[in-house]
Amino acid sequence: MSTTLAPPPVVEGETNEPPRPDTGGGGFPPVWPPGHDDDGSRGPDPGAEAVVRYKLGAWVGIAGIVMVFAAFTSAMVVRSGISGDWAPIDLPRILWLSTALLLASSYTIEKAKRLLRSGADEGLRRWLAVTLALGALFIVSQWIGWRALADKGVYLASNPSSSFFYLLTAAHAAHILGGILSLSYAVFRVWSSAVWVTRQATVEATAIYWHFMDGLWVYLLLLLTFWR
Amino acid sequence: MNEVAEYVEIHRHPEPKSFISRWIFSLDHKVIGIQYVMLAVVAVFIGMALSLLIRLRLVWPEQAVPLLGDLFPVGAPDGVMTPEFYLSMLTMHGTMMVFMVLTTAPQGGFGNYVLPIQIGANDMAFPRLNMLSFWTTFLSFCALMMAFFVEGGAPISGWTAYPPLSALDAAVIAGTGQDWWIISIALFCVASLLGALNFIVTTLQLRAKGLTMMRLPLTVWTWFVTAILGLLAFGVLLAAGVLLLLDRNLGTSFFIPAGLVINDQLIDRSGGSPILWQHLFWFFGHPEVYIAILPGMGVTSHILATFSRKPVFGYKVMVYAIAAIGGLGFVVWGHHMFMSGMSPYSAFVFSVLTMCIGVPSAIKTFNWIGTLWGGKIRFTSPMLFSVGFVSLFVTGGLSGIFLGQPTVDLFFHDTYFVVAHFHLIMGVAAIFGMFAGLTFWFPKMFGRFMHEGLSKVHFWLTFLGVYAIFGPMHYLGMLPHPRRYAEITGVDYLAAGGSAEIHYFITIAAMITITAQLIFLFNLVWSLFKGKVCSDDNPWEATTLEWAVPTPPPYDNFAGRIPTVYRGAYDFSLPKAKRDYAMQCNSDDMVYRQAAGD
Repeated sequence: MSTTLAPPPVVEGETNEPPRPDTGGGGFPPVWPPGHDDDGSRGPDPGAEAVVRYKLGAWVGIAGIVMVFAAFTSAMVVRSGISGDWAPIDLPRILWLSTALLLASSYTIEKAKRLLRSGADEGLRRWLAVTLALGALFIVSQWIGWRALADKGVYLASNPSSSFFYLLTAAHAAHILGGILSLSYAVFRVWSSAVWVTRQATVEATAIYWHFMDGLWVYLLLLLTFWR
Repeated sequence: MNEVAEYVEIHRHPEPKSFISRWIFSLDHKVIGIQYVMLAVVAVFIGMALSLLIRLRLVWPEQAVPLLGDLFPVGAPDGVMTPEFYLSMLTMHGTMMVFMVLTTAPQGGFGNYVLPIQIGANDMAFPRLNMLSFWTTFLSFCALMMAFFVEGGAPISGWTAYPPLSALDAAVIAGTGQDWWIISIALFCVASLLGALNFIVTTLQLRAKGLTMMRLPLTVWTWFVTAILGLLAFGVLLAAGVLLLLDRNLGTSFFIPAGLVINDQLIDRSGGSPILWQHLFWFFGHPEVYIAILPGMGVTSHILATFSRKPVFGYKVMVYAIAAIGGLGFVVWGHHMFMSGMSPYSAFVFSVLTMCIGVPSAIKTFNWIGTLWGGKIRFTSPMLFSVGFVSLFVTGGLSGIFLGQPTVDLFFHDTYFVVAHFHLIMGVAAIFGMFAGLTFWFPKMFGRFMHEGLSKVHFWLTFLGVYAIFGPMHYLGMLPHPRRYAEITGVDYLAAGGSAEIHYFITIAAMITITAQLIFLFNLVWSLFKGKVCSDDNPWEATTLEWAVPTPPPYDNFAGRIPTVYRGAYDFSLPKAKRDYAMQCNSDDMVYRQAAGD
């Protein structure tokens, strides 16, 4: 309706900048400024996108894993209450060592993650390697635990409670092995002096997964201790 | 790309040179999508062959089937099928169709191919994971096929694999067919979990500038919600499968009850619960139904709008309905188990929640019809299949209202009424969604149209055929004629109400309908090489981004230039616009002030 070409009056609290085209503001586009390398090493933008993508991937993966263990848990709760054949087992005491190892590894990977930003390669490598070693020791410790039970004559099929003990610990160990693979990849990435983006995405996503494995183990330990 | 008003430049990945990394172990989401579709086409024809055997055995139990005796000397000596062989065909038909067809093609196939282009991404978020998903699915398919040919033959416990039948080890039911089945399903779960992860991250993370969630095409919404369902459901099936495998092979008793006697043999296990399996299985199984049907709903909404030249009626409500169906899908699994002896109070709760799904489903149906209302309808073959989808969805959905009520279900449980219900709503409706999607996107995928005349003949034969097959089954179920019986002739109480004649009619209808699928197969292969060339990037005058890229799309979709999105996905018939549609990447300037191509 307006017939004049004069700019509209400025209302207090507003500016008379031309309205920006309404793009809805959504989406997290992979914004790489033109002229960047494939590895995106020259600017922070590509890194930010890849890091968010990998971390989101880790979280979504965790949601899937939670459902697997939720299913095992509900099966255990139902099975323990449905018939009178449930005989509690004594947990091998070495599980406490396993727990300590895993808790320590959560600390060391957090340490590595903190060093990532400061660019201290030496320390980053060292803490990642320590985490890797602790993870491997955890598996060894769990193995000793399984052997200790087996030596007492408690096998997978001995009792539903032992079935669930072996099942839950083995399923967790399988996921820890996945974490160890991922950690090895992170160590390799840092060792081969990969660009910052790849490093950060790998290390941060691995750290999320590893912390979750730690938390999952504590949960399983509590479940096995108290739901006997 | 002259439809794109503005774009964001991104770095490009070079196209791999070698044949193997380009076309076989490919990282390209489009190639992986086509691989999934091809796997599903192979699986659907195997599954259909099995259903033909099922129908033949029901009507002519003594008749020898040519070549069958050579292929399965134990299950079908001299070509005459044994009752056990009938049950194994039943099991494998269900498993093949539900997992290898209904779960792979709509999501892994079309979702993989179309979703990244529709959201303006040059690939999925994790291309290597995507490749791994497909090849794990392929391994799963191979493991399932193995079950046919191991000693003892394919499993006979149905696609639901209820214990104790499925959990008994080789001492009772000889053979490893069930083990191969479990291994196949476990692999499938892993593949689907990885796929779901990829879909979710891609949708959340890689949308083009301006493409908000509420501007996504409904196809993307359904693939996204389907991925969430898959992420939360397949893990539970995986867990259940592990327990079943342990029960079968390592002597545990999760699912095998104490004191079980089979073939005069006492099974030496203690107090497991077969019902536990049912809970775990259906906690997966019900969301699985929506995993199969949701992408079909998305495709239908998309195609109905495109060929009615109207926006989707009630877009936001459609999104909420998709989310509601997905959410409710997780709390209704008990309605598969009304007969398991569950508490009537639980049954009541499951029943009420089941009825609740009727609300978003009715909203969707209403909105589909609202989309068609007053539109300038173009009856192309994708449109026909979409309208067919709506018809089948309504028919199949109505019988679901009956089955969702415990008292009615007591009568209908394990009758042909159930067979009719789930085939119409989850089997055939989802397949119609796939046919719609295939005829719709075929020109974009391969640069050629599918033959329109053949597609229409195929549509009518299939549409009338499936009603001829599954319509009478409702009546059979009311007799009530039980399902899963290998032998129906010569049994007096099964012959009541003329059921023998009805079965005969159904078998003839099935033979005709299955034969009609050869028209589709011919059309598919012929069109790949000889179909009418599609020289236009946007032959259907559609609005979403896949129609803004060249036909067929290049390796990285947008040649490094990601379009900016300005509008919702269904801007048809905009008042005062130059054309009757505006693509998502068209700016207002292009839509209102310039004629197209200026």
